[in-house]
Amino acid sequence: MLQVSGVTKQFGLQTIFSDFSFSVAENGFTVLLGPSGCGKSTLFDLLTGVVSADTGSLAWRGRQLPHLGAVAAYMQQKDLLLPWFSLMDNALLPVKAVNGDVNAAEGRAMVLFERLGLKGYAHHMPHAVSGGMGQRCALVRTLMFERDLVLLDEPLSALDAITRRTLQSLLLLLQTEFNKTLVMITHDIEEALLLADELVLLTPRPMVVQERFVLKTPKPRRFDDPELIALKSHVLGKLTGEGHDDSF
Amino acid sequence: MIRSNLISLAVAGVILCLWEGGCRFFGVPGFILPTPSVIVVTAVMKAPLIAPHAAVTFLEIVLGIALALAVAVPLAMAMFAMPALERALAPFLVASQAVPVFALAPLLVVWLGYGIASKVFMAGVIIFFPILVSLLEGFKSCNRDFQTLFRLMGGGFWKTMTLLYWPWAMPHFFAGLKVGVTVATIGAVIGEWVGAQQGLGYLMIQSNARLKVDLVFAAILWLSIMGLLLWGFVGRLEKRVVTWKNNPM
Repeated sequence: MLQVSGVTKQFGLQTIFSDFSFSVAENGFTVLLGPSGCGKSTLFDLLTGVVSADTGSLAWRGRQLPHLGAVAAYMQQKDLLLPWFSLMDNALLPVKAVNGDVNAAEGRAMVLFERLGLKGYAHHMPHAVSGGMGQRCALVRTLMFERDLVLLDEPLSALDAITRRTLQSLLLLLQTEFNKTLVMITHDIEEALLLADELVLLTPRPMVVQERFVLKTPKPRRFDDPELIALKSHVLGKLTGEGHDDSF
Repeated sequence: MIRSNLISLAVAGVILCLWEGGCRFFGVPGFILPTPSVIVVTAVMKAPLIAPHAAVTFLEIVLGIALALAVAVPLAMAMFAMPALERALAPFLVASQAVPVFALAPLLVVWLGYGIASKVFMAGVIIFFPILVSLLEGFKSCNRDFQTLFRLMGGGFWKTMTLLYWPWAMPHFFAGLKVGVTVATIGAVIGEWVGAQQGLGYLMIQSNARLKVDLVFAAILWLSIMGLLLWGFVGRLEKRVVTWKNNPM
């Protein structure tokens, strides 16, 4: 389990979040949903160790950590593929960076390339493939970290609707096939409702947890599911501050 | 590309025609300002005389580049790895650039002698700064998201250096090297002016004293061609190494 407890962060006089807490169950998919500028990215910076918290603690599987840099894989909005490496070399970066066994890893990466629809593209350069394929390669690289916790920072927000839909199902594979524990931040309500086991609704700054929802609807989910439509209306109401159905 | 080359040729052609025509029209004596045609003929006909001097200057420049790289590259890496070192050295490095190389040349000849060493050092001093600054800025310009990714991957300093920072900084490095190799000729020639027994700078001084101005210009022409060749070589090397330069990231 990932446990974030009582985290506070201030930049000067501005409080980004105060006494912020949430937890993620092992092998769960928790989505943090909040309005733009609420401090989601700062939270991820804090989780990855780019910035440090003023107060509070992080624990993964009961072990207290200053940040999750050593235990989490990371994927973000940009595919972050290095243009001087082929897709395969990019996917192997987590292994190369720590002087791991590249030959053994290459076989594993090749299987993942095939599984994620990149067969035949391993030796293409990043500029020669589409944005969606670049994100699939980033997904392979994320899996090559071989870490059970995956942090997703709006990983699909730069993609077109069709590609995003395909990649949403691939993100679900991380949970169902590769048994990862996932934490994703997004401001896309539909994406959150399609993927989350637990939805954490955040307030504008200072960011606190406004409401949590446990979604029991089986995956893969459909946009026209009446429960999701009702929940979407409720969440939208909460985020925009307009009237909403309080039956949740 | 072809269009810009044509424009360059046209500009050069116009300048040379005005020069040639002006000298002939006004009857300017050759020992004051020889015509371009005389300079070209001298540069070709006196090649057996000029070439050995050019070879010496070329060697000084190449060794100067090697010296500058040997010092600037590790220093840039150290300054990038240790920002405190950068803050400590930056004022001295900037101040060193404010000193005219002409002022250094006589001292270097006194310290290193009339041989090749003082000229190599002069060329190295001139190239060093653009390489150091461009490489350091290249390292520092690395996107923060990539740095975070490498930190999360657990990449150590050297691995991150070789896999991320060096390739990232390559276009900056080559930009600095291009500037460096073109100004390297200045360092070598100034060194030769102050005290030498061979080299294009030495040939210029000797020819000027004998009013062989066409030979001075011929040496300048050889020097310019040398600079162009070095610039072209670095440009080609950059194209071979930085194959991703124009690709979107």
